[in-house]
Amino acid sequence: MSVKTVAYTGNEAVAQAMKQIHPDVVAAYPITPQTEIVQIFSTFVADGLVDTEFVTVESEHSAMSATVGAAAAGARAMTCTSSQGLALMYEVVYIAASLRLPIVMPVVNRALSGPINIHCDHSDSMGARDSGWIQLFSENAQEAYDNVLQAVRIAEHKDVLLPVMVMMDGFIISHALENVTFLDDETVRRFIGEYRPDYYLLNPDHPITVGAFDLFDYYFEHKRQQVEAMRMAKPVILEVGQEYGRLSGRSYGLFEGYRLEDAELAIVVLGSTAGTAKAVVDGLRREGVKAGLLKLRVFRPFPREELAQALRHVRALAVLDRSDSFGVVGGPLFAEVRAALYDLPERIPTVNYIYGLGGRDIDLEMIGRVYADLAEIARTGRPRELVTYLGVRE
Amino acid sequence: MGELLEIRWHGRGGQGAKTAAQLLGESAAAAGKYIQAFPEYGPERMGAPVLAFNRISEEPITIHCHVKHPRYVVVLDDTFVGKVDFTDGVPPNGALIINTALSPAEMRRRLQLEGNPIRVWTVDATKIALETIGRAIPNTPMMGALVRATGILKLEDLIEDTRRKLEKKFRHKQEVIAGNLEAIRRAYEEVQEG
Amino acid sequence: MSASKESAGPQPKEYQGKIQPGWREIPRGGMILQAGNAREFETGDWRVTRPVWIPENCIQCLFCWIYCPDAAVLLEDGKVIGFDYAHCKGCGICAHECPGKRGAKAIKMVAESEAEEASQA
Repeated sequence: MSVKTVAYTGNEAVAQAMKQIHPDVVAAYPITPQTEIVQIFSTFVADGLVDTEFVTVESEHSAMSATVGAAAAGARAMTCTSSQGLALMYEVVYIAASLRLPIVMPVVNRALSGPINIHCDHSDSMGARDSGWIQLFSENAQEAYDNVLQAVRIAEHKDVLLPVMVMMDGFIISHALENVTFLDDETVRRFIGEYRPDYYLLNPDHPITVGAFDLFDYYFEHKRQQVEAMRMAKPVILEVGQEYGRLSGRSYGLFEGYRLEDAELAIVVLGSTAGTAKAVVDGLRREGVKAGLLKLRVFRPFPREELAQALRHVRALAVLDRSDSFGVVGGPLFAEVRAALYDLPERIPTVNYIYGLGGRDIDLEMIGRVYADLAEIARTGRPRELVTYLGVRE
Repeated sequence: MGELLEIRWHGRGGQGAKTAAQLLGESAAAAGKYIQAFPEYGPERMGAPVLAFNRISEEPITIHCHVKHPRYVVVLDDTFVGKVDFTDGVPPNGALIINTALSPAEMRRRLQLEGNPIRVWTVDATKIALETIGRAIPNTPMMGALVRATGILKLEDLIEDTRRKLEKKFRHKQEVIAGNLEAIRRAYEEVQEG
Repeated sequence: MSASKESAGPQPKEYQGKIQPGWREIPRGGMILQAGNAREFETGDWRVTRPVWIPENCIQCLFCWIYCPDAAVLLEDGKVIGFDYAHCKGCGICAHECPGKRGAKAIKMVAESEAEEASQA
C-alpha cells in the first residue's frame, strides 16, 4: 500500500475520495461552497478517469431524487450539497433515510438564508439532524477525505443501511489548502469493497416494490426499524474507524478527546473550531491549567453514554454551537450534550456558547475567554450566563 | 515547537494573490512542511482589494481562525499605499515585501515607518512580469521576492515545484513556463531591503 | 384503572382478524418483496354495481378488456368469458365502452344488491 501527501483544499480532497470510491451514479447540483466538488468530479467523468453516470440535474430536489432513484435501482450513488441546496432537498432527504438507501453525501457547511450568506455555520446540517441520516463532522480536509471513505462502509453495512452525511466547514476547510494524505486507489477499492445490495429495483429475478403507501398499520414499525438501524450504526462506525486506522494510521471513534482524561475545564465542539481550540488547550496546559476538549465526530447517532462517561470527571463544561435553535435554551449540540449528562450522578455545570454564525471568525482569544469563564464557573460552582453569544456586537 | 509562520497577501482581484498563496503553500508542502493557504472570500470582483493567507510550520497546524498577526506581508499593488495599513498586526520582527518601483527607503517614508523595526523590501514585480511573462501579473515574481526576504524556502525548490505545476497547465506554452520561472528568479535577485 | 398496565405494552399483532407482524419481522424501508401481491388485495367488495356479461350481444372486440383499470375482465384463448368479481370495483367503464351488437350492449351494470338476490334465488 502506498500513501501520498499533497496540498489539497477540502473540496479537492472530497472530490478525490469520490473518484476513488468510483460510484455508479452521481447526481449533483452546484452550490457555493460545495461547487468545486461537483466541478472537479465532473472533470474526472469528462476525462474518463471514472465511468460514473453523472446526472446534471436542475435543482437539489432533483439531485437527491435522482440519487434516491439510482440507489433504489441498486447503484452505489452519491451527491453533495451545501446550505440552501440541502434545504431544497429536504423532503427527499427524509425519503432516502426511510427507504434505507446507503447514499453518501458530503455537506459543505454554510449558513442558511436569510440574510443570504455563503460562509460557514452548521445551521444547514443541524436542520437535517432528525432526518434519519448518520452525520459525521470533520475537523479538516484530511478528516473530510477519511470520513467520506468510511461513510461508504458504514452506510452499506447490512446492519445499518442508512444514508450518511459527511460535513466539513465551508471555506474554512473547503477552500483552504492543507496537507492531506491519500490512500492509493487499490487500497480504497479493497477497503470499500463491492456494493452488493440484497434487494434492488433493477433485479428482474426478484422484482420488488419500493416506496409503497404505508398507513397507520405499518408506518410506525418502519420508523421503529430506523431507530434500530441508528443504534446498530454505533458499533459499525467504531469497527470501520478501527479498520481504517489499521490501513491509514488514522483511527476514528465517535469523538476525539484531546487532553481530556484529567481535564477539569472542557469544551465540546464540532468541526474546524476543534483544531483552533486544541492550540488554546496546549497554551493553557503550559500555564498549568487542566484544560481539555471533546471533538464530536458522530452527531447522529448521538453517542450519549460514551460522551457522558468521557466528561463525567469535568468540573465545568462549555458546549460550542455553530448554529442556534431559536426559542430554546442554546444550540442543538448543547441540548444533546446536556441531556446526555442528565443521567450522571453528579451535575456538571454546563454552559453554551453560540459562535461563528455566517462565518464569523472564532480565534484563540475567544476560545481562551471560554476557558476563563469555565475556570470561574468551576470556582463558584454555578454559571453566570447559561447561553453566551461569542463574538457578536452588542 | 517550531515557529508557526503566518503570511498575509494584499492584492486586487485578478492579480493572483490567492493563486500565489496556493502556489507557495504547495511548494512548501512539497518541501515537507505543514501548510495552509486560503483567501478571504468577500465579494469577488476584478480590481477589488483581496486578502490571502499562508501558514507554514515544521509541525502539524490545527488552528483554523483568521491570520491576525502575520510575520510577513506581501503587497502585490502599491496603489494601496496610504489606504490600507499593511502593518496591521505585524510584529516588530516582521517584514513587508512590496511590489513597487520605489526604493525601500522611499516606501518606508511613504508608509511613515521611519524608525520602525519592521523591515521593508521592495521590488518592481510588475515591470519584471511585463518583461518576462508579457502580462502585468505580479504574483509569481513576488513569490521569488518573498523567498529571498524570508528564507522560508530554497529558491531552487520554489522554482522546481512551480515548474512542475506550470507544466501540467501550460504543456503547450513553454514560453509561459519559462517566463514565470525567470520572473521568480529575477525578483529574487532584484528585491531590495531598506 | 386495571387497563393501564395493558395499554403500556406493545400493540397486539392481531387486528380485525388479521395478523400484523412486528417491526423486526417486516422488510426494511417499506419494501414489498413479493411481486404481484396486488392480487391478494381484493377490491371486489368496494362494488355498488357490477357488470354482467351478455354473451349473445358480445362481438369480442375486447374494448372492455383494454379499458378495465383493474384487469378484471377474464379472457380465455383471447375471448371474453366474464369478470373477476374478486377485484372488479364496479366502475362501469367496460359497460360504457361496450359497442354491443346492433345497438344491444353486451355488458350491463346491475345493482349489487339485485345481483346478489338473483344469484341466491
